[in-house]
Amino acid sequence: MTPAVKLILQRLLLGLVTLIVVSMVIFAAVEFLPGDLAEATLGQEATEETVAAIRRELGLDRPPVERYFVWLGNILQGDLGVSYANGRAITEIMGTRAQNTLFLAAMVAVIAVPIAVGLGIVAALYRNSFVDRFINLISLSAISIPEFLIAYLLIVTLSRSGLFPSFVVIDATTTLGTRIYQSILPALALTFVVSAHMMRMTRASIINVLSSAYVEMAHIKGAPRPKVIMAHALPNALAPIINVIAINLAWLVVGVVVVEVIFVYPGLGQLMVDSVAKRDIPVVQACSLFFASVYILLNLAADIGATLSNPRLRHAT
Amino acid sequence: MAILGSGAVYSRLTEVDADGNVTAGLAESWEASPDAAVWTFQLRKGVEFHNGKPFTAEDVIASIDHHRGEDSKSPIKQIVDPILTMEAPDPHTVVITLDGGNADFAFLLFDYHLCMMPSDAIGQGIGTGGYMVDSFEPGVRAVAKRNPNYFKGDSRAHFDSIELINMVDPAARSNALLSGGVDFIAQADLKTLKRLSAAPGVVINEQPGTKHFMFQMITTQDPFTDNHVREALKYAVDRQSILDKVLVGHGQIGNDQPIGPANRYHDPNLAQRPYDPDKARFHLKKAGMEDLSVDLATSDGAFVGAVDMAVLFRESAAPAGINVEVDRVPGDGYWSDIWRKRAFCASYSSGRATEDWILSSSYLSGVPWNATQWGNEAFDKLLVAARTELDDAKRREMYGEMQRLISQDGGVIAPIFTNHVEAHNEKLAHDDVGTVMEMDSGLLIERWWFS
Repeated sequence: MTPAVKLILQRLLLGLVTLIVVSMVIFAAVEFLPGDLAEATLGQEATEETVAAIRRELGLDRPPVERYFVWLGNILQGDLGVSYANGRAITEIMGTRAQNTLFLAAMVAVIAVPIAVGLGIVAALYRNSFVDRFINLISLSAISIPEFLIAYLLIVTLSRSGLFPSFVVIDATTTLGTRIYQSILPALALTFVVSAHMMRMTRASIINVLSSAYVEMAHIKGAPRPKVIMAHALPNALAPIINVIAINLAWLVVGVVVVEVIFVYPGLGQLMVDSVAKRDIPVVQACSLFFASVYILLNLAADIGATLSNPRLRHAT
Repeated sequence: MAILGSGAVYSRLTEVDADGNVTAGLAESWEASPDAAVWTFQLRKGVEFHNGKPFTAEDVIASIDHHRGEDSKSPIKQIVDPILTMEAPDPHTVVITLDGGNADFAFLLFDYHLCMMPSDAIGQGIGTGGYMVDSFEPGVRAVAKRNPNYFKGDSRAHFDSIELINMVDPAARSNALLSGGVDFIAQADLKTLKRLSAAPGVVINEQPGTKHFMFQMITTQDPFTDNHVREALKYAVDRQSILDKVLVGHGQIGNDQPIGPANRYHDPNLAQRPYDPDKARFHLKKAGMEDLSVDLATSDGAFVGAVDMAVLFRESAAPAGINVEVDRVPGDGYWSDIWRKRAFCASYSSGRATEDWILSSSYLSGVPWNATQWGNEAFDKLLVAARTELDDAKRREMYGEMQRLISQDGGVIAPIFTNHVEAHNEKLAHDDVGTVMEMDSGLLIERWWFS
């Protein structure tokens, strides 16, 4: 077994353990909320009879540990339960929503990753020049502006003029073209936020590698500067870049709540906000678990990517 | 999206017009026994559900039964619980017997939960309404097209098709209207309403509502057992300032009782209690106190603006020698841990379409939702008598007296009623607008049209 394979297996196992711990935390957190689920669902309208009826139906009269294992067991069989709000299967509701969110994330990734990595390389290449300073100024500004403000600025400029819709209406029958057209504003808002992070990280890691001994050697050898960066620095700077891209993609899936709400984008973030408001606890739990899985999986992917990009681990026997 | 169900896809036995009168729905006419306990409804003939099934008495019984039974989780359990029996002597007559008289029963059948569904397809989106469901994704979007077979013919349901989109963010709603993406938005954002109404082509539709914000005192706990203390606190509230700041003026001043201007039997002659620190001091003295310090539990989890309302109360009460300690508590579990447990706390009620409904559920001695544990014998007697009184003028008088009793003796400080504030573009036109609930009593889709 190569060290790389061993590392990957270790990571996978760790990811699984993390996921189980997270599932416990989610379940416990909901359990510790003041008032029980029946009361939370009915709120002020609760009467003893209706609360008891809901408790009976949901099996809330049974002990928490038992309920946790039933819940976990069902999830392992692919059954996320049923929404309180509308009685539909959560797997069904979340399926379309997750597709929409992943579509948006993919659209942002397609726009943002090349821009960010490209600008990062350019900035590193012309370090401390006017170009570098300009790119930094833009990206620092983009990081500093909260995404809701960017979203509203986009709406005021591009939507009030009638160019793009201010809210998104998509379903299974929407064509790809319409989907892309409708999703442009939320995608742009998110691009602003994630590109800056990725660009800053690309620039920093390349500069970091540029100061190492083997790059100096390459210089001394007389290799031209662009070649030094592309052939010597970039491959060695890949690990941290992959890491930051993965984390930003994870953020795209998990953290788009605000942007989804503003643009009425029918994704998971909006589903979660609605479900929290309605106290639709099973949906909140399922969404939390999905978000946790995405985070863990993308971090895992980043770790594996970094491992594979490390020549020492890749080539050892 | 209750609006889609109640106003467009389904019909109810009765309707309430913009003036608050009960009119025919799927029931053509009805008759109550002299004690208002037995109600006989004549159903409209020749009506068909969207799936082609003829509408008959068995559908009425099945639709109402949907909310009854021991395991009912229905929010309108209170309406259907008094029903003893339902009978269908012929396919177009339904006789409903209640366990006691209720002069409002025909009015209550307008509640948006009591929609008529086919007995063999309950809860599947099939009704007799002016629109048929095309697609429905809960919490996202619903599309419906006009029902060519609508029993009201061309006189109602004027749109060819309608689309409802769920937008939680108030700013998103405003943007959607301003960018021309939608024609109508509900629950317009009050803080930015001025800007919205200044935009060309935007029309604001504002109606009084029954929802009201309150501070509740448990009248069986000191110091609130003394009505002079309750009176002192009521005089120490600056209602106008609460209306201006919490609702940006979009509401009505309340008078410490739950029957507001949107209700049928609201009594406008009940003298409005003013903000009067001197009177408050006077009542404190009567209660044998020089000054008073009370803890007020509040949270924005109770209603948005509850903390602001409490702080405004603290400011207006200080000149009267009353120190209101504002205790800000978490919103989670507010209704189970704070409400009905703490002696003095913020609360709200959505109000109810009928006087009897709200008074019987929250002000009658000993009922579970009587959060202030207020008990008043004269009030209880009046309430039960008014329930079976079929003479409208007499009823109005009785409800006026009940409003006076609650206002002068009750345990609630109810400074404001909220308005329904909605916005639409100039393309939409309408007649007089109903106030039973938001969006023209929920019938907007059925009653409005493109001009």
